[in-house]
Amino acid sequence: MLELKHVSKTFFPNTINERKALIDLSLTLENGDFVTIIGGNGAGKSTLFNAVAGSFLIDSGNILLDGQDITFLRDYKRARNIGRLLQDPLKGTAPNMTIEENLTMAYQRGVKSSFRLGVGKKEQQAFRDHLAELGLGLEDRMKTKMGLLSGGQRQAVTLMMATIVTPKLLLLDEHTAALDPATAEKVALLTQKIVAKEKITTMMITHNMQQSLDCGNRTIMMDGGRMILDIKGAERSKLTVSDLLAMFKDKSKKELDNDRMLLS
Amino acid sequence: MSMFAFQGAVELGLIYSLLALGLFVSYRILDIPDLTVDSSFTLGAAVSAVFATAGHSYLGLVMAIAAGWMAGMLTAFLQTKLQIQPILAGILSMTALYSINLRVMSGRANISLLGTDTLFSAATGKFGKMFAALAVVLAAGIFLVLFFRTQVGLCIRATGDNEEMVRTSSINTDRMKFIGLGLANALVGLSGGLISQYQSFTDLSMGIGMVVVGLASLIIGEVIFGRPNVWRNVIAVVFGAVIYRCIIAFVFARGLPTNDLKLISSVIVALAISYPLIIRRYRLMKLMREASRNVRA
Repeated sequence: MLELKHVSKTFFPNTINERKALIDLSLTLENGDFVTIIGGNGAGKSTLFNAVAGSFLIDSGNILLDGQDITFLRDYKRARNIGRLLQDPLKGTAPNMTIEENLTMAYQRGVKSSFRLGVGKKEQQAFRDHLAELGLGLEDRMKTKMGLLSGGQRQAVTLMMATIVTPKLLLLDEHTAALDPATAEKVALLTQKIVAKEKITTMMITHNMQQSLDCGNRTIMMDGGRMILDIKGAERSKLTVSDLLAMFKDKSKKELDNDRMLLS
Repeated sequence: MSMFAFQGAVELGLIYSLLALGLFVSYRILDIPDLTVDSSFTLGAAVSAVFATAGHSYLGLVMAIAAGWMAGMLTAFLQTKLQIQPILAGILSMTALYSINLRVMSGRANISLLGTDTLFSAATGKFGKMFAALAVVLAAGIFLVLFFRTQVGLCIRATGDNEEMVRTSSINTDRMKFIGLGLANALVGLSGGLISQYQSFTDLSMGIGMVVVGLASLIIGEVIFGRPNVWRNVIAVVFGAVIYRCIIAFVFARGLPTNDLKLISSVIVALAISYPLIIRRYRLMKLMREASRNVRA
């Protein structure tokens, strides 16, 4: 499904601030894989996502999505097949537009927007059904401005927007980290439900070690722009958090420095 | 202020409301301060005057729309494809268009339309001119309200609200800026074209300060009528433009020199934009005074 071949990216090359964010990274995701990604601060997790989503072009290597070479494809064109959620709930939606208007935009994914009426009767019913699935009572507030919703509600709607037209790949960048624990739990469950139902190939960055083992079928650990651990199958199913920490220490020759990770 | 002056102010206000609607599209919807306006207004006026003198006043208005649209496209091109900051992109097109305007007007600094048939000379009756202007404004207003309900319209609104999110929804925000700025300047061009035919006169410098005039109208309308949704906002902008013209007419009827027009417009805009801050400062000062009194007590 997703294939990264020897991907490298250096920020601010040949300056004092030079930072090798990705170093010769190769990774292949199978159809329907749900990969959790963990790693310390500046390990290159978000850079990896940005590279795949096309926020910048990589220095060398290739990125293939479903057999198609997307290495030099513009970000908005990649977005036809890639859904993405960021940590900040403010970033995923347009605050001054209503819920249904936001959904309309997401509903157009992959088709060129035309001069047809944006929110028709048919769309309204479809949105209502989708929103009802969230179980947050938002189906009766479709004309509410997005900016009036709480962070958790917004993130839930953003999740729906990212998946309302089933993407080939879903990128979740600590999308529950900015929410309160109860809401985070709810959004996390919702994510698993949707991903399982539509069988979406997914990559999820998380700082929660337990979650990284509980969710999905494969766990990747990154450090210094490289992939240092790739665990799946039977080996993964009997792994505990302390095993994971020990493996990290062994592989990277240092303690895990993601403070949020250690606190959670 | 005489009834005659008042009627004139309303007519001018209606025509200038198209300019204000243009700024509404660029400044409010797209969230781009577009300085192209000063020149695209003159461009519309020039094109309209040239066609009118050739005996095609109606075609002149259509061409004014097209010319304004192209001016907006130029700014959008500078902003998106060449990545020039929005303000500078506007200034560049504004300056470049000055030369273009001069060419359109065949090197003349002004064109008189006295004795030429125009949209307004065709309008008869006491309120003929007003109805003609009102009809155009009504058509433009309804078009805008409907347009911003279409898929493209929604995407343009979202581009001004959260560009990042629009791109992640696989929508090309550059395309939206092209359409948005084109539409904004098309309205401005039409406004210029109508003014030219209304006052039977086009001057190369008539566009100077039009950004401020448009913004003043926009803000007056929003302060008085609020902006809960697009159609209420469009109505607010039109009323704002009319009220602005009435204020100006009133001020000058009291004997203020017309030379101060631009100064007054700028002051209105500056005050209206910083109004919330001024109120906050005032409340803070009151609070501080009270607090210091309590310390001594």
